[in-house]
Amino acid sequence: MTGLSVRAVGTYSSSIKIGVLAAQGAFAEHIATLSQLEVAAVPVRLPRQLEGLDGLIIPGGESTSIGRLMQDYHLADEIKGLVRHGWPLFGTCAGLILLASSIHPDGKIDPLGLMDITVRRNAFGRQVDSFETELKIPVLGEKPFPGVFIRAPVIEQANSGVEIIAELANGTGVAARQDRLLACAFHPELTEDTRLHRYFLDIVAGNQ
Amino acid sequence: METGTWKVKVGLAQMLKGGVIMDVVTPEHAKIAEAAGACAVMALERVPADIRAAGGVARMADPTVIEAIMEAVSIPVMAKCRIGHFVEAQALEALGIDYIDESEVLPPADESHHVWKHDFKVPFVCGCRDLAEALRRLGEGAAMIRTKGEAGTGNIVEAVRHMRAVMDGIRKLASTPQDELMALAKEMGAPFELVNEIHQTGNLPVVNFAAGGGATPADAALMMQLGADGVFVGSGIFKSSNPEARAQAIVKATTHYQDPQIIAEVSKNLGEAMPGLDIKQIPTDELLAPRGW
Repeated sequence: MTGLSVRAVGTYSSSIKIGVLAAQGAFAEHIATLSQLEVAAVPVRLPRQLEGLDGLIIPGGESTSIGRLMQDYHLADEIKGLVRHGWPLFGTCAGLILLASSIHPDGKIDPLGLMDITVRRNAFGRQVDSFETELKIPVLGEKPFPGVFIRAPVIEQANSGVEIIAELANGTGVAARQDRLLACAFHPELTEDTRLHRYFLDIVAGNQ
Repeated sequence: METGTWKVKVGLAQMLKGGVIMDVVTPEHAKIAEAAGACAVMALERVPADIRAAGGVARMADPTVIEAIMEAVSIPVMAKCRIGHFVEAQALEALGIDYIDESEVLPPADESHHVWKHDFKVPFVCGCRDLAEALRRLGEGAAMIRTKGEAGTGNIVEAVRHMRAVMDGIRKLASTPQDELMALAKEMGAPFELVNEIHQTGNLPVVNFAAGGGATPADAALMMQLGADGVFVGSGIFKSSNPEARAQAIVKATTHYQDPQIIAEVSKNLGEAMPGLDIKQIPTDELLAPRGW
């Protein structure tokens, strides 16, 4: 295993508590994965529910819908503030879009602007172009990771300080890390493979 | 790279959960829906209330209308084909629609057979009145289920009946002894493999939305509390006096369905809801839910 330090299931500190943004989208799937890893996970719909959390996951869903609900209930500013104080955050698909500093092609969403990347929405086309493929993610070891891409975005550009941790065969960036921020264009929460979640929990625990 | 897999079909519906899918008939409607926070739109020529009023044979929408709506928004766009009309479905797939609703709102093209949905790369959502009907549609390849309700009435009573029937069916299957499942599958007229799966897991293997009759934020939250994963709102938004405000309010009520204070707050000053119909006053042959089986 190359550079893999993710832990076995059920070895995380019982004190870790992760929030999953539950404005809209596949939040229940992330909560189920975290529960499987014996980590406390709670849905977050309002700013007061961010209190006492060690990190947050922004799930897949519709980024315009999630973005709108984050603005309406003042979650966006709260989350930005917490991340500026070093709070870890993991975004999948719509979560990747919302983490970005800039989005192509439209101005329909105000992203959080936390990760120094430019993201293209619906980069592969419409639903009939959604696909599954095996991904190489060296930080997770040699075993390929099941990549489920649904109307997925891609990382078009990443500035210095951002590490692209997964690429498609053609070199397109589909997962990235910047300090304690993690993001991917695919859906680990729809698979049985928990390695990316464990990698995020290692970031939360300060082991990565 | 493999496209059109079961996982990406069901997966898109999973991404719609906790959201509101709104019927729209113009690109302007679609933009209002998207800005209000809709997770998808259903592209139509007429909303169900108008289809009901017009009578006659409503069909798949004009591709010009569908394409204009697809062009206008970046969220997923769904469209309806008639029950059993696999060529309308093929045409919708060719247009690049994101989800097909094989819908009882249009008069069926085939009274015996639904579309064999496994043949398509595009995923399908189908209506149901109870668990057995849901499982028959899943057997044919539907990747998402919704209640039928009674579309275009602004009356939630049928959607409630259907959602309760689905949930009750799941509870019943979960508690039925293994050796009685085959007889139960026969009685239900549902595929044994799916009956057995629900017995084991206690859950539907796909996303289940509410549809047919919702008109208010409280209607949406009611369906969510009854176990829906999200809601379709057809005529309820663009047949109301203030579609923009109502669309935003229904989106918020769907997210915060467990928070009565937020539901009360967003229900204020929405103007007139769409006019509602008493189901009992509708002649039996004009009811939409009995279409399909």
